[in-house]
Amino acid sequence: MSTAVMAAPPRSRARKYLFRMINGDQVAHLVTLVFAASVFLVTALLVYELWVHSEPSRAKFGLSFLWRRTWDPVAAEFGAWPFIYGTVLTSILALLISVPLGVGAAIFLAELAPPRLSNACTFLVELLAAVPSVIYGLLALFTLVPLLRSPVEPFLKHTLGFLPWFQGPAYGVGYLAAALILAIMTFPFIISISRESLLAVPREQREAALALGATQWESTWKVIVPHARLGITGSIFLALARALGETMAVTMVIGNNTSVNASLLAPGYTIAAVIANEFTEATDNVHLSSLVELGLVLFALTMVLNGLAQLLIIATAGKGSKQA
Amino acid sequence: MNRLARRNVLNTIMLSLTGVCTLLTTSVLFIILGFLVWNGWRSLDLNFFTKLPLSPGELGSGMANAIVGSAVVILISIAIGVPVGFFGGIYLAEFGGKTMPMLIRYTADLLNGVPSIVIGIFAWTIIVVPMHRFSAWAGGFALSLMMIPIGLRATEQFLRAVPNSLREGSLALGASRARTIASVVVPAAKQGILTGLILGVARIAGETAPLLFTSLNNQFWATRLGEPTATLPVMIFTHAISPYDDWHRQAWAAGLVLLVLVFVANIAARWVLSRGISAQRG
Repeated sequence: MSTAVMAAPPRSRARKYLFRMINGDQVAHLVTLVFAASVFLVTALLVYELWVHSEPSRAKFGLSFLWRRTWDPVAAEFGAWPFIYGTVLTSILALLISVPLGVGAAIFLAELAPPRLSNACTFLVELLAAVPSVIYGLLALFTLVPLLRSPVEPFLKHTLGFLPWFQGPAYGVGYLAAALILAIMTFPFIISISRESLLAVPREQREAALALGATQWESTWKVIVPHARLGITGSIFLALARALGETMAVTMVIGNNTSVNASLLAPGYTIAAVIANEFTEATDNVHLSSLVELGLVLFALTMVLNGLAQLLIIATAGKGSKQA
Repeated sequence: MNRLARRNVLNTIMLSLTGVCTLLTTSVLFIILGFLVWNGWRSLDLNFFTKLPLSPGELGSGMANAIVGSAVVILISIAIGVPVGFFGGIYLAEFGGKTMPMLIRYTADLLNGVPSIVIGIFAWTIIVVPMHRFSAWAGGFALSLMMIPIGLRATEQFLRAVPNSLREGSLALGASRARTIASVVVPAAKQGILTGLILGVARIAGETAPLLFTSLNNQFWATRLGEPTATLPVMIFTHAISPYDDWHRQAWAAGLVLLVLVFVANIAARWVLSRGISAQRG
């Protein structure tokens, strides 16, 4: 940080220091440090506040809060299981759809498309990532849900109705609608990060595979994709973290039902959705702190996933630059 | 030969499938735009920008208070978020040793990944609870928390991209470190930093979840910053889940306006950045 000063002869150090003070170097250092440190402090405060405000609920239910199935504001009985179930179910379903689509598109954009087309499509995908979630919710509520209610869900029941996942009345809203909109909301992340890590694979890898007689698909699938697998996995984790924490779009189509249901057509609930819906209406202290504790659970879930994603993305980036 | 033919067929099939994936994913954007323009344009008129929201059934309803409210809340979050992001980014790129910047970078990433609804709870606990009321302040604070990590990392990234020779040149001329940063390094990176700022604003402009229980909503004009304030995203939400058809139309109109704003901000950010790069090259 102070190489220029270190290089100066020791005799003039005191004067130099004074000079620097007058010019505001120490002041600048201190001011910027305060701003930077505030990021750390505010994040720490966030965790602390969540912990403190969830105290009544933690005291009353303990760890069993996580697997209790009742959510009854009237009787002041609260359990997180219906929401954890709904959150995890919708997110995983969403990824089952968005991962193949996203990775496929990333392969096309990184390997096949001419650079101009690839950049244009990537731009479109990045715009898609910028669409506010309430707008996804608006579209899902007025286009996706009616579509699911009349042709899609009756069709699913008719053909796959013998499975436990496709039973019950077709409301339109429910786990399936939430999963579909989450799939659309998550693939932009998968595409842009996977494309980056595919592009970071050294050219020689591809040329070697092609020279050995592999077809273009074989070289892509057996050489390029495995080479970029850490980055792709990282993008999936990141997408999963986004899906778990997504609030508005899901709140609008999940159906707001606090019971646990095996059928994907059934209305359900997610952690973020119940917080969004009930937070301003909660009058009872235990109710409010249970909602805050749900927020804490959600925070913990996404933090673990984000941490893993970051590690994986850093690992690939490091590998690519080493070999380049 | 048969095997080769099979491999070639597989090659063609899989490669076309990746093309189909791309087509499907990019077409979603056009579907979204199409629906919003189709539904929103019909409901958009001058009243939307100049009148207050009315009860369902009344003609000439608008969302003027929500448009102004959004602007106010975003301005508050800029006022809090930009200094922290900018100066913090300078610290990360220009000062700082080893552990401290690493710690701050890590927490910034952590903060960036916090679900927006949790940010809302946090802002509620530290502003709404002590003040005993919902306010634009709380909403602006919540949004600033979502903006800070973007601004911080963008500032750091673009400051780092400034060649060291520029710094050395300035220091060799006798300028102090602070003077070097203020007059040489930051101006050289200003396009990038501006891009980060615009992207940060674009991200928070459409956020709804952190506002639900911080700035809440308001059917009328908020006269002070300490009052519940209407914002466009929250208006879209409340109007969309209402059972009234004319409120749905208002929601579509608001959605169109919001999406256009967000897209314009994104494209502007890209334009500023590309201009900066070509100017540096030229």
